Parts: sequence; C-alpha cells; structure tokens
Amino acid sequence: MAERSFAKEVEKLRLGDGEEFAGEGILAITKALLQCGVGYVGGYQGAPISHLMDVLADAQDILGELGVHFEASASEATATAMLAASVHYPIRGAATFKSTVGTNVASDALANLASGGVTGGALIIVGEDYGEGSSIMQERSHAFAMKSQVWLLDPRPNLPSIVKAVEDGFELSEVSNTPVMLQVRIRCCHVHGKFIAKDNKRPAMTVADALDNPRRDTGRIVLPPASFLHEKEKVAKRWPAAVDFIRNNNINEFFGPGAGSVGIVMQGGMYNAVIRALQRLGLADAYGETDVPLYVLNAVYPLIDDEFLEFCEGKDSVLVVEEGQPNYIEQAFAAMLHKAGRGTRLVGKEYLPVAGEYTGQVMLDGLGAFLRTEAPQLLSAEIRAPNKSGEGEEIPDLSKVVPGRPPGFCIGCPERPIFAATKLVEQELGKHHIASDIGCHLFSIMPPFELGATTMGYGLGPASASAFNSPEAKRRSISFVGDGGFWHNGLTSSVGNAVFNRNDGVIVIVDNFYSAATGGQDILSSRANNRTKSTQHPITKAVEGMGVKWLRHIDRTYDVGKVQATLKEALTTEEGGPKVIVASSECMLNRQRRERPLVNQAIKDGARVVKPKFGVDEDICTGDHACMRLSGCPSLSVKSLDDPLRDDPVASIDQNCVGCGNCGEVADAAVLCPSFYRADVVHNPSGWDRFMDRMRSGVIGFLQRRREGRRLVFADA
Amino acid sequence: MLDAVSRSGTRQNAGDGGMIKIAVLAVGGQGGGVLSDWIVDVAERNGYLAQSTSVAGVAQRTGATIYYIEMCPDKGRLPVFALSPSQGDVDVLVAAELMEAGRAIMRGFVTPEKTTLIASSHRIAAVSEKIEPGDGRASSAKVRETAELASKRFIAFDMEKIAVQAGSVVSASLFGALAGSGVLPFPRESYEATINASGRGVKASLAAFTGGYEGARGHKVHIARAVEPGGPDDQAAVHSTVTSATAAENAAPVEDKTAEVEGPRRLVAGWQELVSRIEELPVLVRDMTMRGLRKVVDYQDTRYGAEYLDRLDRVVALDTEGQDYALSIAAAKHLANALCYDDMIRVADLKTRSTRAARVRREVGVKGDTILQTTEYFHPRVEEFCGAMPAAIGAYIENRPKLAAFIDRRINKGRRIRTDSFSGFAMLWLIGGMRRFRRGLLRHRVEQKHLDRWYDLALETVPRDYALAVEIVNTRRLIKGYSDTHVRAQSKFDRVLSALPMLKGRPDAADWLRRLREAALKDEKGDMLDGALKTVATLGE
Repeated sequence: MAERSFAKEVEKLRLGDGEEFAGEGILAITKALLQCGVGYVGGYQGAPISHLMDVLADAQDILGELGVHFEASASEATATAMLAASVHYPIRGAATFKSTVGTNVASDALANLASGGVTGGALIIVGEDYGEGSSIMQERSHAFAMKSQVWLLDPRPNLPSIVKAVEDGFELSEVSNTPVMLQVRIRCCHVHGKFIAKDNKRPAMTVADALDNPRRDTGRIVLPPASFLHEKEKVAKRWPAAVDFIRNNNINEFFGPGAGSVGIVMQGGMYNAVIRALQRLGLADAYGETDVPLYVLNAVYPLIDDEFLEFCEGKDSVLVVEEGQPNYIEQAFAAMLHKAGRGTRLVGKEYLPVAGEYTGQVMLDGLGAFLRTEAPQLLSAEIRAPNKSGEGEEIPDLSKVVPGRPPGFCIGCPERPIFAATKLVEQELGKHHIASDIGCHLFSIMPPFELGATTMGYGLGPASASAFNSPEAKRRSISFVGDGGFWHNGLTSSVGNAVFNRNDGVIVIVDNFYSAATGGQDILSSRANNRTKSTQHPITKAVEGMGVKWLRHIDRTYDVGKVQATLKEALTTEEGGPKVIVASSECMLNRQRRERPLVNQAIKDGARVVKPKFGVDEDICTGDHACMRLSGCPSLSVKSLDDPLRDDPVASIDQNCVGCGNCGEVADAAVLCPSFYRADVVHNPSGWDRFMDRMRSGVIGFLQRRREGRRLVFADA
Repeated sequence: MLDAVSRSGTRQNAGDGGMIKIAVLAVGGQGGGVLSDWIVDVAERNGYLAQSTSVAGVAQRTGATIYYIEMCPDKGRLPVFALSPSQGDVDVLVAAELMEAGRAIMRGFVTPEKTTLIASSHRIAAVSEKIEPGDGRASSAKVRETAELASKRFIAFDMEKIAVQAGSVVSASLFGALAGSGVLPFPRESYEATINASGRGVKASLAAFTGGYEGARGHKVHIARAVEPGGPDDQAAVHSTVTSATAAENAAPVEDKTAEVEGPRRLVAGWQELVSRIEELPVLVRDMTMRGLRKVVDYQDTRYGAEYLDRLDRVVALDTEGQDYALSIAAAKHLANALCYDDMIRVADLKTRSTRAARVRREVGVKGDTILQTTEYFHPRVEEFCGAMPAAIGAYIENRPKLAAFIDRRINKGRRIRTDSFSGFAMLWLIGGMRRFRRGLLRHRVEQKHLDRWYDLALETVPRDYALAVEIVNTRRLIKGYSDTHVRAQSKFDRVLSALPMLKGRPDAADWLRRLREAALKDEKGDMLDGALKTVATLGE
C-alpha cells in the first residue's frame, strides 16, 4: 500500500449510470466488475493487473457498502480456489492474476473448478504479459483454456469492449456452468480511454447470505463417479450452451463488406493493429471502415464452426491473425474447413511470424504480403509494387553505439548491498552455484553483479537448488528468494523442502517489507499497519517454525560488511542443514514515497531533520569505476573532468541520491578508495548544533588559513 | 518498404483522420508516465480525442520504457487507435535522454519524412557504460549526427539541466519543448493549463516548461540555418550557442585560470621561476606542462615542480617539431600524474582544504541556516601504514610478514571520520601536514623507482621507435585506484609492458601497445588484455 495511494481512482468506482469513466483499461474492468454485481474478488498482484488489486484494496468503503468481499490472495492458486464460492451458490466471483505465470500456479484449482462447473458466474481476468516489456516466459493462456475447457474471451482493446466482455463473461459462465477467462494484454490494461458507466450493483446473493444458508451437491465435487460425468457434461451440455450464447449474443463481430475474395480472422486483441495496417495499406479509415471482410473473435475459445464457415463462404483465402504459438485457432479452423470439404485456402503463420508479438510493423508486413499475393486487385499500384525508397542518405546503424538499458535496482535499493556483499564473498571464496528467484532481486543477474544461474518460478529459488546437495561437494549452493516469493510458495516448497531433505545450501531471503516488484503491496511480513490485513508476521519466526536451525537475521542490509561476514559464515560453517539468512531493509522506492512528504513537511514546520546525501571528491577519485562494479546505482555515474591531465571519467553522484549508504559501505568493505563522503544536511539545526558548528568552523577555519597561508594556492584548486 | 505511401489509398475515405502519433522514450523514473498523461490532457483541452498506452511493469525500474499516444480531432466518432508505435509511422518522438533517442532511431521510430525528434541531450550512463575501468561511454556525437539525418527535424538540448535548475523533472521541460516545437496544433496556454490542473509542483513545472519551450524556439534558428549552405561546422556552431545559452557556466574558458596563484612572496617567486622555464619549452608543449606543473607543485612544493621540469627536459631534448612534440606532451601529462601518486597524505590534504568544504556545500546544496556534517570513509591497511613510514622503517616491517600481519590486524578496518568535527579534521589535517616529510617515506621511494623504470624505458626507446616510446609513456594511464584496485592496475601496467620484447623491431609495435592498453581498460581483471597478449605472442610465429 505504500507505493501509491489510489484514492483518486477509487472515486471513479463510484460513477453512476450515464457518467463518463476516463482511465486505465484495468480500472475499467474493476468498475465493470462492480456494475455486474460481483459478490467477491480475489487475485494475486503482478503487472499488468496490479492496479485492479490495488484499487480494490483501497476501495474497502465502496466494497463494504455493496457487500462485496475482497481478498489479496496468497497466490494465484488461492485466488482461483476462492472461486469455489460460485460452485454451489449463485454468486458472481472474479479472480485476477498475471498470465501465464499466474495461470501456471492456478492450474490445480482451475482444473478442479472447471470439472465440477459453476452455478454463479466465475470470471478469471488474466493479464497477458506477452511481447515487449514482458518479464516472463513467452507462453499462451489459450492452452489453459483448452486443457481445462474453460471459455476464453479476448475482446477488442478499447474500454467499451472490455467492459462489455466482463458483462458477457459472467453471463456466459452462468448459462454454460463454466468458468470464463478474460484475457487482456499488457497494453490494453494500461490503455487510457473512456466508457459510459452504469450504477454499481449489489450482488443478488452475498457471501454472508451463502454462509447463513449452506448448500452442497455431491454431483459437483471432483471425485468418481461425478468426475467422469463432469467430462461428459463438458462436451454434451456446457460446450453447446456456450456456443449458443456466443452466437446468439453476437459476441464475435464482423466488419467490412459481407462479400469479398479474401477475409481476415483475428483475435479481438489484434483488431486495432489489423485496422492500422489496413489503413496504411489504403484499405481502411481511421474509424475502422474497411474494404476487407473481417471476423473478430472476441471469444477465442470455443470457436463457432458455422459462424466461421459462413464467413469463408465465397472467399478464396482467409488469413488468421493469431499472436503466439502454437497456432491453436488456425489449426482448429483448418480442421473445420477440411471436414466441411471447403475449398477456401486458410493461411496464417505463412505470412505472419510464428512466434513473437505482432507489432505494427509485423502486422503491416504480414497483411501486406497476404494481400499482395492473394488479393492484389484491392491494393493501389504503389502499394502492390512499392518503389524502394532507397533515395536519400543511408541512416547509420546505431546498434553498436546505443547501450542496452535493462531494468535494474532503483536508487538506494536495499537489495544492492546484498549482492555487492555476495560479489565480495565470491571474490574471496570463489564462484558458487547461485539459484535466483522471481522479484526485484532477480536484477542481480544483470551487470554489474551477474549473479544467479537460473530462475524457476516464484518462491522456487531454493527449491531450484535442491539437487545441489552432495556430501562430496566442497562448496555450497546459494539461493535467493524474496519476501513475496517466500510467502507465495517459498515457505513450503523451498524452505520446508530444504529442511526435510537436509539440504546443506545457503538460502538468502530478501525481505524488503513488500511485494515490491509488483507495486509495493503488503504481505504477511510487512512492517506497516494495514487497516484491513494482518501484517507484521516475521519471516524469521516462520522459518524457525519450519525447523531451520541455522538462522541469521540482518536488519540493515546496507551494512555490507555484516552481510559479507554472515554469508561467509553460512558458506563455511560446519553445521548441516539449510543455512538461512533473512536480510531485511525497506524497499527504498516505497520508503521514499512514504517518508519524503513527511520529511518535507517536518522541515517546513521547523523540526530538526538530518538529510543524508553522498558525494565524490573528484580529485581523489582516479576514475577506475571499481565502485560502480559493486553498485550499478542510477544515481552513481561517470562524468568527464575539464582537465586534459585526466583521461578517464570520474565517479559522480547526482541530485537524486537518497543517501542509502551503499557507496560508503562498499568503499569500506571492498577497501576501494577514500573518494566518497557522506554529507548530512541538518535542517532547522538546534541551538546546540549551531553553537557546535560555529566552534568547529572557527577552529577548522583557523587551521585551514594557517596552512593555506604558507603554501601556493591556485585559483581553482 | 511501405512507409512512404502510408497515407494514400484506394478507398474514398481511407486516410488517418488527422491522426497524430507520439512516442515517448524514457528511462524508468524519468516521469514518462506523467508526460504522456499531460499530452493526452492538452489534446483533450483542444478538442481532440486521445489515447495513451505504456508497457510499465518492471521495465519502470531504471530500464528503457516506451509510452505511446495517438490523437485526432473529435468528429463525434471514436477512431481506432493503435496501441503501440510502428516503424516509419511516428509523427513526434520525445526522448528523455540522448541514447533513448538513439534507441528510437534504431527501432525505426524516427524517419526523415515524418518524425520530429525532440530529445534532451543529457546522458544517463547505462550500467554497461559505467563499469568499464576506462571510458566506456557511448558516443553522443554519433547519435546526434544520426539523429540529424534520420529525423525530419531534430530538437536537442539539455532539458534535464533546465528541469533541475527549475527544481522540477525532465518531463516538464520536455513538455515545454514539445509546445515550443509547434509540432502540435495547440496554443502554449493550453499546455500551461494542463500543468496548472495537475496540481503538484506546479510552479517548478511551469519554470521548467518555459525553459524547454524557449529552448525549442531557440532551436528554430538552427533549423532555419541548417538548410542554408555552410556545412556541418556552421550547424555545430549554432548548436553550441543554443547549448551555451542554457549552460552558460560550462562555456567559461579554463586556460586563463591556470596561472593564477597566491601565496607567500618567496614561494610565488619560486613559482614564477618555474613558469619562466616553461616559456623556454616548445609552444606545443607549454599548455600541458603548465597544467602538469601546477598539479605537481600543488601536490608537493616548488622543488618538486623543478624536478618535474628537469625530467621533462630530458624528453624534450630528444623530441622534434616534426613529430608535433607528441612525446613531450604525453610525458608532460603522465609525468605529472606519476609524480602525484595517490597516498594518504594527498587524500588528507585534499579533504581538509577550504575549497573542498566550499565545493561540498555547493554540490550538496547547503543553504540558509542549514548545517553540514561530512563523513569520510577510510580503510587503511598495513600497506598504507608502511608507505607512510620513513623508508627504512617501512621496509623493515614489510620484510617481516608476521609483524606486518600483526599491525594489519590492528589497523585494517573501516574508519569513518567526521571532517566537520575537531578531532576528525585535526587528524586528517595532521596527516596532510606530513607532506613536508614525504620525500623520506617508503611510498615515495617505491613510486620514484617505478617512475624511473618506466620513464627510462620510454627514453631508451625513442631513438629506435618514437611512436612506441609515446605509447610506453601513455601506458601510465593504467595506473590508478587505491589498495587492491591499485595493485590490479600495476599488474595490468606490467602485463602491457611485458609485450615489449615480443614487439621488438616490429613496425606496428606502437599500434599493438596502444591496443593492449585499450584492452586493459575494458574490464576489471584484464581478461581482454590477456586475450590480446596471446594474440601478440602469436605475431612472431
């Protein structure tokens, strides 16, 4: 909760009938949930759906008024399991998480939920983190829908469409007794747009009502023989119901002329990019009026056979625009055409890349190639056979010049000193096998630290080192896990596993008081008081409870020397079993957001405040940059001196420095150089401060004048 | 390529409906999100429909990020906006840092037919640029040259500086430059109204906005002149006037200051004597020698300065005008650096000067009745202790490992010294005062020996291979750092010079030595250097 306040966004959730909502896509979905009379919402934070969670967490008043239960679930599995409330009760429920990472975790619950089916509408909003800027493996959520036979919506990426998809999704879920996944891509979640709001609806049945009137139905429980019946029911009853609903409610859309020799079928999420490509090919206008027949699948699973076959009627060829691989939709359509004995040629990945995001250029190239081959008559002469625009000067290639800029630790990040210490320990004891985990601390794999060999999933860092447990080995493995990952899964899968299997490795739990990488949400071990959640449960206690005997707690990660010594001890101690180090310091991004306004106010109010900042004596710095190889702080950089005697740029600290202390600690622990200084600025000094300052500057000034009076002093020295 | 014909079409109503496409490339934390919100707001104020998107997530944490905005006049119908920028289809590209402008060009978002490129010319060095022991920074000049070619119009000046001066962030000055560029059909007042409505830090934002606005207007002169005959030099000149207008103090000349000196009359007279010796040197060598002399005298005393000039004279005698005195200039520079080795005395001296205290106050921004406290980080080891002992005692300890280890155990730890306190300052002041004994200390003896070996080597080489002698002198650049870093630097220096026997007699020996030096500056341990040395070893085969 510390990273941002969502008070402004929360107000948007109150908008009523006919009022205009303006904001982010993911907030539009949040509002749509309330308009649909949702009874409960759960989820696990992560880009791009974090804001849904954050806003609801701040919207307790509204949720209370409506009787909606909200949970920040412990994991995606928890969130999906929560949808069990819709199995027997006609309550609409929603769960949300990042996909496919979250869907992976949720699979167990999802499969069970899908088997028994639901009575109340169950909607799973998956934020598809695919393509540019994604931080996860590139896979498709589509496969999960297919394997569990839950329906998948992929609406056109504009606010009215995604809001409608939420409404449609609940209805579809209810008429077909099947959970529905609503897939929104990362840019769609972050798109700023508008839609006309409706009043929020109180759920027809709240979770309180359900608790007071418990129900059960053995037929909905996943156990033989019901489970065998579930499978049959999926295909005999639920599937046809879904197909009917999608067809009858025109969930999928048609654009452009009815007839034509070619057509394009696409996932709803691809629509805007397709229109833009057609526009650039001279076949559409800014409003989407187009000369090419389009079939837009707002529901990508299940597919509607007759709708598709009808679209293909009279067409020579049809292009399927399907992002990601494998191309399930294309395969399904090809089978439909084949079985129906149709002659329409189906193409897709021939013209578009098999893998990777379908960006504007990719779409333009793909659609251009398709139309030039299959329907050249539609294109103007210049587009059909474009002149090479080889005129003009060649633009030099900058790929050798422009440096890569991967994400890294923020200014003052408390995780930086942990990895600086690890690097120093490795300099002393040699390289070790290091297993990384998901979270900000994964930036350790990048320069300047370059620590960590694998990442296997959230909370699975130590688990991924579990094979490296051999009595013959002279070195121990080191594994990292963040506090977020620890509570998500790490406590049992990693720490418990290590205790049980007597793993001899070192486990470092990076505790920064939040689930920081996902936006600074509170977790069990957060130090702050949270109005609606129970916090302040120390990780150390949980680890002890799991049976860990060798446990060290570092309460200030900036103490590089202490982290170094502790890690060294863990790697060399005679004691068996897992060696666990909990390294705690507050996420600096959140700390600054929390403290800066308070500090500024205190200074304004005349209170004595000491603000630290670091600096470099540029004439003492020799420009070797050893400090930067142990830091990578954005605030610590290089600058050229206006001095021909000096060849290499020296270190320099900019005004964004928060005075975390890492520079000084590292210079000390690694015995680097005496160039760094910490400058503490005392605002509103006390009388004693002032007195001491006067005395000190008196003596210091005297000594300085004495020496400088007896030597040559150069003008700008 | 289909770019050039993007607007033509067969359809009657094909076209983009007056769509304007703007991409913002920023480094995470620069306020790219705020800027794109502002752009949407100013568009809506002017009767446009607008949409913005971004890919946030972890990329926000100091990585490169893209924000994308599309807008078109509101004709009562919702257009289909795209969610990401396309190559060759961006009207305005705003880059919050120069290399991000380069990245935009690389990715094809800047095209000469279409794109106005507005970039802040300041640099935020990427980690890969910072961690090289040498100068790993990317070439800004190359990006600027390419930007001129790649864009329809290139507006670049240091908007970060403007923002910092205004107490704001770069997003505000970029917004000003966008307004000043006139590329969007919106009046200045509507931009300012947007900032006013944002409600936070309005005054500072408006000041930064004005700076950006004026900067972009000033740049119009550059655009107008760029089409006139005059060539790239002319452009560069205008460039620099634009930059210097916003960064006046940077342009201040340095040469004049080098001779200004104050002190007791006797010392000033000694200094004048040394200066008169410089006047006897070849013209080309004088500037570097003046700087070197100043450094050396400032480091020790005028006698040390005379020693510096004596040494330099030896090389000047061997040098000729035909070689542009390259050897003498290199010697003037590296001799000074070698004589001013970084010892505890120097560090303590520098840290206790009044000018230093003033600079810290300036850099930290101490004003009004705030008080400054300064903490220094020292970590002495037995090596530094011995170096600061009289040569005989120092050597005695160093030759007895057990004794050295005993002493090391007592002194080897981090020490934080408050130079604003009596005791802390006095301690450093006293160490700084050891300057006058420096010549008798162990470190001095070691350094002198090392210097002489290197310098003699260079001088011996002159008759045989002048260019190689210059490179031997330049190898001195590798010596830097303190403690372990210094040891590593020494080792690199030695390894580079170890190639000399292998290079003996080769016409390209100088070239190879330069290459070895450059390789040595690429990474910490000298892995690249070792690779290059292996190559050199195979040369003779």
